[in-house]
Amino acid sequence: MNLLGENIWINGVIIIVGSAILVFIGGAFGMLYRGIDRKLVAHMQGRVGPPIVQPFRDVQKLLMKENIIPDGAISWLFNAAPFLALISTGSLLLFIPLFGQSALLGRYGDVILVLYLLIIPSLAFVVGGFASSSPYATVGAQREMIIMMSYEAPLAVVVLGIAWRISQVTTANPFLMSTIVQYPIWNMLGPVGIVGTLLMLFTLVVVTVGEAAKVPFDVAEAETEIAGGLLVEYSGRNLSLFYLSDVIKTFAMVSLVVALFIPYNLSPVLGIKAALAAGIVDGLFFLVKVLVVMFFSISLIRAGMARFKISQASTVYVIVMTAIALVGMLLVWVDVVI
Amino acid sequence: MNLKAFNRALWVYHLNTGSCNGCDIEILAVLTPRYDVERFGIRLVGSPRHADVLLVTGPVARSMEDSVRRIYAQTPDPKVVIVVGNCGAEGDVFHEAYSLVGPVDQIIPVDVYVPGCPPRPEAIIHGVVMAWAKLEKLAKQEVI
Ligand code: SF4
Repeated sequence: MNLLGENIWINGVIIIVGSAILVFIGGAFGMLYRGIDRKLVAHMQGRVGPPIVQPFRDVQKLLMKENIIPDGAISWLFNAAPFLALISTGSLLLFIPLFGQSALLGRYGDVILVLYLLIIPSLAFVVGGFASSSPYATVGAQREMIIMMSYEAPLAVVVLGIAWRISQVTTANPFLMSTIVQYPIWNMLGPVGIVGTLLMLFTLVVVTVGEAAKVPFDVAEAETEIAGGLLVEYSGRNLSLFYLSDVIKTFAMVSLVVALFIPYNLSPVLGIKAALAAGIVDGLFFLVKVLVVMFFSISLIRAGMARFKISQASTVYVIVMTAIALVGMLLVWVDVVI
Repeated sequence: MNLKAFNRALWVYHLNTGSCNGCDIEILAVLTPRYDVERFGIRLVGSPRHADVLLVTGPVARSMEDSVRRIYAQTPDPKVVIVVGNCGAEGDVFHEAYSLVGPVDQIIPVDVYVPGCPPRPEAIIHGVVMAWAKLEKLAKQEVI
């Protein structure tokens, strides 16, 4: 099968240029949202907080610093891990619908691919941690692996639940992002199903916190206990690459929540027909949706909670969150039967 | 080199070389909502590899000497060292004690001293501003 279609050259160029632009935009907005997040948390704690452009300054500063490779480290792996993390988070953006448009490579990969792609950045962090040969980083890497395995189950249940419900009303592949956008889950539910979907939404929000490695699930980078964990030996350019991939991953994960649960666009409601105007309105509306989801899933939880112990963190995911997601799925099923 | 971003995003590593803990509490006070240095992009980090500023307290006990040297070497360039408290500057109440090898400037180069026992949080913030000024001066002479 020819994946690139008839005009292999034109499509290839579009995909390469589009990917580059998308990753650039994703990085810029990711950093902007990180700045907004820090500002919001600071205000919730009664502080003034850093300016919103602070993440840009942080990255710019990190690029000016010396890039130290520890003597004991496996240097090629130590240097490759940050690039692997950034590239894999960048490729995530290609398969998730952004700015109210369909995903750039949405035809070639579905939600299941996104689930697998989400693992790779975490693996890159783990590889980097082990390669740096610091005991703190090793502890951090082991914790990251445990957390990663813990949130897989509830995440898979949520995605399956949504896809199953959609497969009841259409014969199209329910895992494709375009199908999910076409059949918003809320439109076909009765009261029981809405409760079930709310439970699944809650699960996904909590999984987002773990994916983004934020308080209370940031056990792998716990600064106060293991001195920065995974990233303890990283400095300069390598650290800035990890910083960027962390920022982009948060943005991508929040966009995934938006794509699965709030795939609505504003332009049909407002009756805007012109393609350009509709695109701008939908893009802005998407930014608002991301802001809302990010506020509840990252900022609010981060300001209000302390860090879990590693055993608590994985119990929350493996038992509590999986149970909640399964109940949600069950309610959605009951909703179809009755 | 343009150091503007550098000045506005200082990450600080706090190094206790055997202080009485008085200075350390004042350093934490700088991070509270009342003083809130995160306004200026200043953050406490957990690893010297991430740091731009070493905030050193205490008179350097003999067993800490090696660690202080190594932590200084582990911090990536360009970096500044700020000594907080009289202890690090000249020994203070521990002056000429048998267990000391300090003050700090006997062991690593120091850029800014913040006197006081302990110094007020305002004084510590002022010390960081002095460090900015020093970085700016270095940038003008293009040393960095
Ligand atoms: S300067 Fe004073 S407060 Fe600070 S560590 Fe020394 S004795 Fe303690």
